[in-house]
Amino acid sequence: MTPVLQRLLTSWPVSRQLLGRDRLGRGPAARSSHSAQLSPRTASAQEVVGSICPYCGVGCGQRVYVQDGVVSQIEGDPDSPISRGRLCPKGSASKQLVSGPSRQRKVRYRRPHGTEWEDLALDEAMDIIADRVIATRRSSWEWEHEGKRTRRTMAVASLGGATLDNEENYLIKKLFTALGALQIENQARI
Amino acid sequence: MAECHPVGFQWVMEAKARGATVVHVDPRYTRTSALADVYVPLRPGTDIAFLGGLINHVLNEGKEFREYVVAYTNAATIVADDFRDTEDLDGIFSGFDPERRSYDPSSWQYEGTVAMPAAGHREWWNGAGSETASSGRRPPARDETLTHPRCVFQLLRRHYSRYTPELVERICGVPRQQFLQVAQLLIDNSGPERTSAFAYAMGWTQHTVGVQSIRAASVLQLLLGNVGRPGGGILALRGHASIQGSTDIPTLYDLLPGYLPMRRAHDHQGLDDFVAGASSRTGQWGHMRAYLVSLLKAWWGESATPENEFCFDYLPRVTGDHGTYQTVQGQLDGSVKGYFLAGENPAVGSANGKMQRLGMSNLDWLVVRDLAMIESATWWLDGPEIETGELRTEDIGTEVFFLPAAAHTEKDGSFTNTQRLLQWHHQAVDPPDDARSDLWFYYHLGRIIREKLAGSDDEVDRPVLDLVWDYPTVGDLDEPSAEAVLSEINGWDASGRPLSSFTQLADDGSTACGCWIYCGCYADGVNQTARRKPGAEQSWVAPEWGWAWPANRRLLYNRASADPAGRPWSQRKAYLWWDEDRRAWTGHDVPDCTTTKPPGYQPTEGASGVDALSGTDPFIMQADGKGWLFAPAGLTDGPFPTHYEPQESPVDNLLHTQQRNPVRRVFSRRHNRYHPSGGASGAEVFPYVVSTYRLTEHHTAGGMSRGLPYLSELQPEMFCEVSPELAAERGLEHLGWATIISARTAIEARVVVTSRMASLDVAGRRLHQVGLPYHWGHNGLTTGDSANDILSFVLDPNILIQESKVATCDIRPGRRPRGAALVELVESYQRRAGIGPETGVSNERG
Repeated sequence: MTPVLQRLLTSWPVSRQLLGRDRLGRGPAARSSHSAQLSPRTASAQEVVGSICPYCGVGCGQRVYVQDGVVSQIEGDPDSPISRGRLCPKGSASKQLVSGPSRQRKVRYRRPHGTEWEDLALDEAMDIIADRVIATRRSSWEWEHEGKRTRRTMAVASLGGATLDNEENYLIKKLFTALGALQIENQARI
Repeated sequence: MAECHPVGFQWVMEAKARGATVVHVDPRYTRTSALADVYVPLRPGTDIAFLGGLINHVLNEGKEFREYVVAYTNAATIVADDFRDTEDLDGIFSGFDPERRSYDPSSWQYEGTVAMPAAGHREWWNGAGSETASSGRRPPARDETLTHPRCVFQLLRRHYSRYTPELVERICGVPRQQFLQVAQLLIDNSGPERTSAFAYAMGWTQHTVGVQSIRAASVLQLLLGNVGRPGGGILALRGHASIQGSTDIPTLYDLLPGYLPMRRAHDHQGLDDFVAGASSRTGQWGHMRAYLVSLLKAWWGESATPENEFCFDYLPRVTGDHGTYQTVQGQLDGSVKGYFLAGENPAVGSANGKMQRLGMSNLDWLVVRDLAMIESATWWLDGPEIETGELRTEDIGTEVFFLPAAAHTEKDGSFTNTQRLLQWHHQAVDPPDDARSDLWFYYHLGRIIREKLAGSDDEVDRPVLDLVWDYPTVGDLDEPSAEAVLSEINGWDASGRPLSSFTQLADDGSTACGCWIYCGCYADGVNQTARRKPGAEQSWVAPEWGWAWPANRRLLYNRASADPAGRPWSQRKAYLWWDEDRRAWTGHDVPDCTTTKPPGYQPTEGASGVDALSGTDPFIMQADGKGWLFAPAGLTDGPFPTHYEPQESPVDNLLHTQQRNPVRRVFSRRHNRYHPSGGASGAEVFPYVVSTYRLTEHHTAGGMSRGLPYLSELQPEMFCEVSPELAAERGLEHLGWATIISARTAIEARVVVTSRMASLDVAGRRLHQVGLPYHWGHNGLTTGDSANDILSFVLDPNILIQESKVATCDIRPGRRPRGAALVELVESYQRRAGIGPETGVSNERG
């Protein structure tokens, strides 16, 4: 076989698969000059940040790859003694969770009896919500219930926490307890 | 587990590769079943009958781990002679008040003493006066031969004596031979040389007997000596990244951080009365005052002084059940005006979505914080009730704020996983546009409220204005420092130095600590939760990855991994042992006991706290240091788990005339009617059992999965699973449409006809099941009806969890009607079944 013919033949993946060691065609046999030049997004990342998967309670380790200020890839962390680098379909898809099309980026406001969403500045929203909490708390304040001291409001309630950080739950519980709001609940029951 | 915790399931497969036998008990054949050695389908809602059968079998065969049981459980303890069992009273325990539908548990106590529960309901003694302070003063009477007719062991034997393999077969639909096979596997794999573990999730808990299901497993595991030992235990597989953390630092109404009980309204109750009533003099809770005072110091700082009981009066008081389902009723009744949703989507994820949405439509204002536009934010625009005409957008007065949240990659913070492990995630990038972390939102909301209230001299505002709320902020977004919050949770001493252990906490106000069980997570001023020493570079216990509460102990109650003399039960299962030369406990883990307490230690007269527990008391949270086969206090529905039928069941209770848990919480109202059960007239209108579950490719109510292209492609549509027999009976076609109907509403789903859904022989009849994943709603890339819409509010009485895992329904081919015709269809079913306000409310059959 002439060298030219041999080069031609080995440039054909099927021949490499049949004649070489990579009989399943998952390695060198499938490589092309184009794919040989490709590199994973993880290789060019400027920063790798240690993280934890946000879905179920197993707590798999994640490595978050950052390029030009955006998350470019999320992989399993092989150092984690819990997950040993593995992620399930949800954990593997979590880059779409943090940067996918469903992500809402702006405050939305619906006025009473309104038929559509409106824009609202974040600062303004914070200010109005603070006013609502103060007014509702004040108008519903309860010093006593059936003759016994209660020091509370039963008109402000909250739901959610199991997807949040410990530090966030701590601030929610601390703030709402100081406000006298009792009905602070989340996904868990215990 | 393979479906919902796939990466955790790798360890089950590792165990199997080393010779472990994997048994899967589930109504539905899943990927877990496919990989198990034994698959056991059973009828939803009959787990206590199954576990009770195993308990009875172990006792009948004399296969309990006798030395462990005598030394480490309360099997030998004598119970007071006024206790009456469900076997004596046809399905109820002594102390039942039919008017109030509740138990007075005083007759369940040990003879001659009062044992305080370590968890659960502590309020019966709370505020009852100083007598309660005597709890645990003298040790309860014991009979270590386990033959006294009123010792726990004999009461247990009697309670489960009718849970025979034959009864299990009739109630659960599990053939006798298969049940006996599971029992034998469990017995053969327990004892000094071997341990067995149970893993469970919502299939056990979302029932009107949810807590008692776990209790039943606890009783069985204690009998077999499988608690506190490597490879043993009862493992809750939790379904959110920090759902464990959100109970440890509870966004829950009845708890304060570290499982301290929330205050209840009582007459003349001060700090000391509260601690005396809620804690036990003996055991770990004997130190409760130090934990509570340190928490109050963390919250109210300089304002918290001994003179004002450290601002104890600032805590709002509980006066009953204030769980999320009561909150929704408060919305409907007009008492709840404002509502925050933070990463939760009750319009899809909670039972009876219509009640959830109607509740929100009656609010003054609603704040929704989430990553995506979830159904709980948009029900006023395009929810199911808008389609049926039950609500009109223009008529709804609720003001709605949607504030976008930051993702886990956009903030620092810690999650606590299902094994109590705190793991830190670091911020990688800033959140986009208006998106902010919840730390940012709640810190700045508190800051703004405090600024607006500044100068107020109204006593109502003192707790807000006195609050320590001075976290440092960083960056352009003024993001509060999550590490600063973690260091407050960890706590510090009078000079501001970080604490390293909860044993340093004092009850005089000299220490501050936001959550006593997390004390040590910031020891030496170092974020211990961020430790990432590779697993391959440390022992198999991996103590230097993250940080586990309490005190970085990886296996709770690990004193029980050694025998009473402090030697490993076997070399094969060695984990912790007493080193006589060093006079200390040593082994693979941090000891979950006093490190220097010898096995032969006996408490002196008048000792308190953990010093009052002997060297052979591994269960340090309990007042008596023992694992409770019988719970003399803490549970609202009995000291022993008992089989009751679910709220809605196709069969009568074969054990007693008490059909259902007599103290479950029912709420019969217009949009929350119940079905007749068993032999009652009308039950045949809803002849099938329905259960809900998760899929690998979606997450809970879909807010974190239905907007993702990959996941939406993998599971693109709502479906129901039915057996070929049921499909034939109802004319359902594979890949066609079906309508599933309850007294609450009707939903539609694509039909998957599969033998994965078992049809079972139960109580002499053929029983069919309908399986529904509960991830869908009407927003996102993949949309569909919500399974939870057909379920009702009916709750376990201990923790107010809803019965989502079993109900009855009808199913028929074709899509559901649209508009007002949907409401008419549901009403026609209610009429046919004769459903009214009283249906399903009583405890008796019917």
